[in-house]
Amino acid sequence: MGGWAIAVHGGAGVDPNLPAERQEEAKRLLARCLDLGISALRSNLPAIDVVELVVRELETDPLFNSGRGSALTEKGTVEMEASIMDGPKRRCGAVSGLTTGVELVDNEYFITEDNVGMLKLAKEANSILFDYRIPTVGLESCGAGAAATESPLQMNGLLISVYAPETVGCVVVDQEGRCAAATSTGGLMNKMTGRIGDSPMIGAGTYACDLCGVSCTGEGEAIIRGTLAREVAAVMEYKGLGLHEAVDYVIKERLDEGKAGLIAVSKNGEVVCGFNTNGMFRGCATEDGFMEVGIWE
Amino acid sequence: MGWAIALHGGAGDIPLSLSPERRLPREDALRHCLNIGVNAIKSQQHALDVVELVVRELENHPNFNAGRGSVLTSFGTVEMEACIMDGNTKRCGAVSGLTTVVNPISLARLVMEKTPHIYLAFDGAEAFAREQGVDTVDSSHFITAENIERLKQAKEANRVQLDYTQPIQKEVKLETHAADGDSQIGTVGCVAVDNHGNLATATSTGGFVNKMVGRIGDTPIIGAGTYANHLCAVSATGKGEAIIRCTVARDVAALMEFKGLSLEEAAASVVEGAPRGTVGLVAVSPSGEVTMPFNTTGMFRACATEDGYSEIGIWSSEQS
Repeated sequence: MGGWAIAVHGGAGVDPNLPAERQEEAKRLLARCLDLGISALRSNLPAIDVVELVVRELETDPLFNSGRGSALTEKGTVEMEASIMDGPKRRCGAVSGLTTGVELVDNEYFITEDNVGMLKLAKEANSILFDYRIPTVGLESCGAGAAATESPLQMNGLLISVYAPETVGCVVVDQEGRCAAATSTGGLMNKMTGRIGDSPMIGAGTYACDLCGVSCTGEGEAIIRGTLAREVAAVMEYKGLGLHEAVDYVIKERLDEGKAGLIAVSKNGEVVCGFNTNGMFRGCATEDGFMEVGIWE
Repeated sequence: MGWAIALHGGAGDIPLSLSPERRLPREDALRHCLNIGVNAIKSQQHALDVVELVVRELENHPNFNAGRGSVLTSFGTVEMEACIMDGNTKRCGAVSGLTTVVNPISLARLVMEKTPHIYLAFDGAEAFAREQGVDTVDSSHFITAENIERLKQAKEANRVQLDYTQPIQKEVKLETHAADGDSQIGTVGCVAVDNHGNLATATSTGGFVNKMVGRIGDTPIIGAGTYANHLCAVSATGKGEAIIRCTVARDVAALMEFKGLSLEEAAASVVEGAPRGTVGLVAVSPSGEVTMPFNTTGMFRACATEDGYSEIGIWSSEQS
């Protein structure tokens, strides 16, 4: 019992054809962020400071979908959202619809060329799958008849290569058993302006209490319906499950048809990553020397 | 088995001395809205339609803090939010930061039914409202003379305690009662189960007086102010930040699901577990049970069930 633990993620649902060098780049970033968090934990920073520090680093790097590198709205702009929660006293804060960031840079700063291309592809895909301006009666036929996109690997109606799943998050338990969680994202590629997803919703994308800290990623609407992050804590609290069992249960039973992943730590220093997507950018480490960075199952 | 419906018009520090001129119109409005809901259920409308209908009616009533009658932000503007959820499918829709939409609850339903998303806010939500052609009016329509006065009083009372530009003074007891004693009370909500066992919930609010511009409360947060699944439908009201931290609405359902508590036990446990003076809720179960606990001084509330039970109340029975 005891000891610190940390996990980071860079989104669930990974393009199986992601070029090897991109995979390596992602792993290097995850490892760097883990190291940053580990150093902070070794210098006795409280969990809440560590998760903020690590997520800031993930936001700053354009690789993942948050801060710089955020997915674009249908209008080609960036609207970022994030939340943070401290287990002790369950204090929490959240923001949505940010366009200029904390350091007040221009919206253009967040827009990468890659994502401009992705938005174009997403628009093409979405115009078939769920353009809300088309009457919904057409939806059933479209869903089945999406012949143009026969790949089974889709998330939120987007081909996985276009989906831009890379929400970032970090969960930490420090040496004193305090848990914290933070999640940050640019949201869904080609989202309507004003759309709020799971990341800033306490209990959905982010949750921390005395027992655990959880950060989720994936299909936002499924995570919201499943109140996914709170669910991990709720089954620990009300059913007495351990962290591993709780994460397994939530991934298996609470997502219905949705696809998502999550990282979680318990006050006892356990750490778990769970997902039902084909992969999740993730890394974790514990005080006793365990460290892992991975993408696939 | 059978249908049941419950609605609320906010929980908080409602003074026992509330004058009849203030009390009676609210009780009349609760009765009126309850009747509308009961008639809709009796004419076989789906629970989701019933809760939307009732909340629209509550939004239209200027004495409650939602739609017309919404309280004002620190800038003197309105920013309304609402949320709706269907129990059996867990489909849901939410909106925040509305300034011109007459019935926020109906826009929340449109987000649920006409977009791939769950939650739209601020400019994007307003643009969606125009695209869908819902009723909009000039923002001044929502601003009542009473709420301008409340904002003035709140600003005076809050200057010390809640001015976020000043360092927060620890443990300062909030004594922010406006003259009418109910300025902090807000939010309307309705939960229903129909004859076919369909559950639904809807909640709508203007937030709280003198809130910071852009502030989002518990109402549109699925699992906090609003939640429904196959076990229950819940609409909560009170101090938003406490309700978010306690994921109040989801926890009622979670206690039923994971600990096997009854609706009444689960709701009571959640309300007792939250800090005193912060939470009230209304909830129904598929078998037609209804419960309306609160840990505040009072909660404007009403309910009715198929077997003929009906209640309209403000304070707990021991007080009133």
